[in-house]
Amino acid sequence: MKLGSFILRRLFLMLLVLFGVSVLVFVIAKVIPADPVGAILGGNAPIDLVEDMKRRLGLDRPLMNQFIDYMFGLVRGDLGTSLKSNRPVVQDIANFFPATLELAICATLFSVVLGIFLGILSAVYRNRFIDHFARVFSILGVSMPVFWTGLLLLLLFYFRLGWLPGTGRLGLFTTPPAKYTGLYLIDSLISLNLEAFKDALAHLVLPSLVLGYSAAASIARITRSSMLDVLRQDFIRTAKAKGIGKRLVIYRHALRNALIPVITIIGLTFGGLLEGAVLTETIFGWPGLGRYIVNSLLLLDYPAIMGGTLFVAVIYSLVNLVVDIIYAALDPRMRI
Amino acid sequence: MTRGSLVDISKLRVIFHTYRGTIKALNGVELWLNEEERLGVVGETGCGKSVTALSIMRLIEQPGEIIDGKIWFNGKDLLQLSEDEMDKVRGRQISMIFQEPIAALNPVFKVGFQIAETIAHSQNISINDAYTQVREALEMVGLDWQRTIDLYAHELSGGMAQRVMIAMALAVRPKLLIADEPTSALDVTIQAQILELLDKLVSVGKNAVILITHDLGIASEFCDRVAVMYAGNVIEVAPSQEIFNEPLHPYTKGLIDSIPVVGRAKELTGIAGVVPDLVDPPSGCRFHPRCKHAFERCNLELPELVQIKANHYVACHLYH
Repeated sequence: MKLGSFILRRLFLMLLVLFGVSVLVFVIAKVIPADPVGAILGGNAPIDLVEDMKRRLGLDRPLMNQFIDYMFGLVRGDLGTSLKSNRPVVQDIANFFPATLELAICATLFSVVLGIFLGILSAVYRNRFIDHFARVFSILGVSMPVFWTGLLLLLLFYFRLGWLPGTGRLGLFTTPPAKYTGLYLIDSLISLNLEAFKDALAHLVLPSLVLGYSAAASIARITRSSMLDVLRQDFIRTAKAKGIGKRLVIYRHALRNALIPVITIIGLTFGGLLEGAVLTETIFGWPGLGRYIVNSLLLLDYPAIMGGTLFVAVIYSLVNLVVDIIYAALDPRMRI
Repeated sequence: MTRGSLVDISKLRVIFHTYRGTIKALNGVELWLNEEERLGVVGETGCGKSVTALSIMRLIEQPGEIIDGKIWFNGKDLLQLSEDEMDKVRGRQISMIFQEPIAALNPVFKVGFQIAETIAHSQNISINDAYTQVREALEMVGLDWQRTIDLYAHELSGGMAQRVMIAMALAVRPKLLIADEPTSALDVTIQAQILELLDKLVSVGKNAVILITHDLGIASEFCDRVAVMYAGNVIEVAPSQEIFNEPLHPYTKGLIDSIPVVGRAKELTGIAGVVPDLVDPPSGCRFHPRCKHAFERCNLELPELVQIKANHYVACHLYH
């Protein structure tokens, strides 16, 4: 099958999944035993005020009608209005998501480069010093909780050494760059604001390190075991018998085969980071999607919860689609 | 001392370190080969045939180790070469084909690329330039090059894949082709086709061949000489017909008696006992616990491979 029709088929499947998710989100929002009106007005509000609020939110109408309204809204890209901020949920997400996206991209880049590199070294120099080092490094990475590494790094680099800024996306006295993409690194480059670029970069280092380290650890582990598995295969012996040299055997013949499970982990990690890393965002005062969704949960802001959940589902499906496309590009057997 | 003008292996010893102990896989292998000659190497699973082949290519890897011996090839001791010098021997002067042809091809590259890569390496040209010769290589092995060149390994049948492997191996015009059980994983009819093709191509290309197989019939039909291996030693070497008609070593005799022959109403005889564990091999001649003719010396002393008559060598105390 050609790559094009493969992608089309996957896109169609993705639409089905998203429809299912939106139905599920609606149902869950309706069955949770929580009263949004009570959450807004407080428990002692007079009955007529409650009725009025219900009418305004459309909660007095039959479920079926509510569902149809909700689905029509979705198709038009309307996720409703946040009860807390009184802004469209779409707009809220557009405000919070770029911060998360920027952090996720930086953390993923860091973890992919470090993880794959360590994994290959580890497999090729199996049971030598570099392998032992890499394995201890990754065991630490997957077992230390991010809030703890986060606090440790903050303590050292911000509090003790003062090399890096502590919280937020920019320093107090830095004006945010004009908004094009919402990603400060890119926006500051577009507007040629080097001060803001440097400041944004400095703020990104610690949270990216924290998130990237644990991701790098799992990527390194998967790369190592996948590489070891591939290096045992017959076609590696063929490649060696061709006399093309160790480097080409590893990077041309082994790595491409070994990357398939690694791509899965990278995709899952990236998807996970995109829905917001609540703990890291909290520690580093990062105004991202994770904190937005958690705050909405605490306030029972159900349009925001539903919108946020749906958005995360869309992102996750998109990442999975990309992962599948990369699979197919890497391995012809996946295109069947 | 050169017995073979192209290859002369002497006293080759290879061990494998395992948790169970050290496997003494090759125990002083002697093997030699002239230019354009075809040598069959026969023996049971685990007797060291493949390890010998991989040693020639210097592809024995951890936990394996070549601990002693010499492998003269074309006037050089391969065991003394650096890894870079060895890469100029692999895939240029010596090619290899394997038992599972589909698994031996890289699943993520097109067949054409893999052949081109081999040619490019052997001639020191770019892979793009090498593509012009891929067509010729595929036609040589009887494949429709237009249809095959863009296929992946999983789209080939076993026979087609082995043809591709042969194309890849012979496109570089090696002095020596090592074929490690090239037909064992194929259907019987395909086996015959592949052997016929190999026969034709190496006659034309004047390549020397080491054919590793557990099938004495195939070896004697295809090869000029046959070497029989047992538990890490070459125990008998003779011209193909002679090894069938006048086997000397008790193990070779047992091996030949255990081949079923159509139309001959004779009970098949096996060889009593089992192949020894090479972590703790028998002392002296490694075959002696299973040998009907064993006497005291067999238990004490490893017999050397000695010439008994013209071109017929045997490692057995019964004969010297």
